[in-house]
Amino acid sequence: MELVCPAGNLPSLKAAVDNGADAVYFGFRDDTNARHFAGLNFGPEKMAEGIAYARRRGVRVFLALNTYPQPRGWPRWQQAVDEAARLGVDALIAADIGVLDYAAGRHQELNLHLSVQGSATNYEALRFYQEQFGVRRAVIPRVLSLSQVEHVVANSPVEIEVFGFGSLCVMVEGRCILSSYATGRSPNTYGACSPASHVEWRETPQGLETRLGGVLIERHRAGENAGYPTLCKGSFRVSGNTYHAIEEPTSLNTLEILPDLMRSGVVAIKIEGRQRSPVYVAQVARVWRAAIDACRRDPGHFRPRSEWMAELGKVSEGTQTTLGAYSRPWQ
Amino acid sequence: MNGQPRLALGPVLYYWSKEELLAFYERIVDTPVEIVYIGETVCSKRNLMRGDDWLALAGRLARAGKEVVLCSLALLEAESELKRLRRFCANGDYLVEANDMGAVQLLKGHPFVAGHSVNIYNERTLGLLARLGLKRWVMPVELGGETLAEMQRGRPEGVETEVFAYGRLPLAYSARCFTARAHNLPKDDCQYRCLDYPDGLTLSAQDDTRFLALNGIQTQSAHTYSLLSELERMRELGVDVVRISPQANHTERVIGIFDRCLRGELAARDGEAQLEPLMPVGACNGYWHGAAGMEGRARDAALSLA
Repeated sequence: MELVCPAGNLPSLKAAVDNGADAVYFGFRDDTNARHFAGLNFGPEKMAEGIAYARRRGVRVFLALNTYPQPRGWPRWQQAVDEAARLGVDALIAADIGVLDYAAGRHQELNLHLSVQGSATNYEALRFYQEQFGVRRAVIPRVLSLSQVEHVVANSPVEIEVFGFGSLCVMVEGRCILSSYATGRSPNTYGACSPASHVEWRETPQGLETRLGGVLIERHRAGENAGYPTLCKGSFRVSGNTYHAIEEPTSLNTLEILPDLMRSGVVAIKIEGRQRSPVYVAQVARVWRAAIDACRRDPGHFRPRSEWMAELGKVSEGTQTTLGAYSRPWQ
Repeated sequence: MNGQPRLALGPVLYYWSKEELLAFYERIVDTPVEIVYIGETVCSKRNLMRGDDWLALAGRLARAGKEVVLCSLALLEAESELKRLRRFCANGDYLVEANDMGAVQLLKGHPFVAGHSVNIYNERTLGLLARLGLKRWVMPVELGGETLAEMQRGRPEGVETEVFAYGRLPLAYSARCFTARAHNLPKDDCQYRCLDYPDGLTLSAQDDTRFLALNGIQTQSAHTYSLLSELERMRELGVDVVRISPQANHTERVIGIFDRCLRGELAARDGEAQLEPLMPVGACNGYWHGAAGMEGRARDAALSLA
């Protein structure tokens, strides 16, 4: 089982490589990838440097090119595919059918992975991407229960990679446009969810308010930790009750079910967080390296160690974690 | 030079009782929609209408002269869902709307429709799907008029374009049921609470701004997307089909207003004034103008900004 770690910049890439990643994934510095944030990602030189650093240590590099180009933006995505081929990345992670079609037709040597943004939640969809583009691996959305993951893996024509840890998407990735509904920018069109450009922090008599695109997402009482106003993690009113109507600020953590994932034939665990610091990447990579090694040695007796859980808890959103959709009661 | 767009009625996105649903379609028979999309697209637990019931309804509508399209689920997770989908895909009589790539995989080689939850964002995607049998695509709802114009220029021969032009916008799908969550129930024991919210359950921000509508595992806009004032522009762009998404009340009147505007019997401005009070919360049209979806822009204001 491969450990795939995020690299938002060169220090994070080195942190991932030095702390046990089997592969790192990164993106170009524009809207061709789903972490299009200011100051993040790689220009051509840093990318070449990062690839060389990883290669010297036997770590693979994947390039995320996982947003959806519209006609006027198409040349940028096409150039990015060409650049990925020129750099010789170990895999191109794409979602858009047009991008996959271009990559498969133009650069047959490119190893294609279907991004989580491709929204493939069943093996018929996976067959489509395998037959049409020769996709060899797919990252599946964070919406399947553990038994559904097992069923997909058993019937899939391609390798399956799942999210193991990090910020939790509650919605099917690639099919959530809540962000553009409030701000005009979504992961699909712009490469960002709840973009910082549309966030406001406002002191009011009711407390510190955070807004996204003008919509009130959260009200924090004095002394309360004010988190980032991700749209789906806000407190809203439904039928007179105010609560986290969609999801609480929480992170996904699947350490508990690692033996099940391994047994089912999942080939890789993905760590979310290209927007996070090199310290986060180092901590999470270290814990997951140790966990995967321990689980491999003795899956029957694997238990997540309390110090691992504590370490991961510290870097989690809202300092709490959940199994998310892998666990039926969460649904 | 372009022909008149035809009116279509999208699938009912909510969970209505079987009696209400069948009564609704009896009323639809007498409306000017030419194409009627039917089937459950949101949640496989909504089973008051079984596969045979949908096929019987399709027959009833077809005999009344409607072009019927059967719709697939947008989120396919379980084997039982794939099984039902295969049966729909093999029906032999009606076109099927694929709302997931799994459905495209099962339909390829035969004519099919791609719904708005299939991500068609550029003409290269449209071209590939056309080679696999795509006959009509519904533009993803977050795309606007400018992108539509570009897509229409690169549209393959024989593929029709449909635009979601009226209704609460489908914005997201999840494994979690938010309607059940609002009642502190797990999805596996949801007690079919969706039946209580025939237009979805409105969610507000803490300052009482109405924002979203919870519809089981689907999240919608609280505001109703309306492109009534863009019908002329759609005609210029060669849009073939204009979709109205059903709501619990007044759908026939909404259809009537769109029809009269298309025929030139009603001015868009007057039509808009008639539509507004029929909506559960109010109108929005930002996506069409390349803005935040929840925005409502007057056409004149948008033109002066351009």
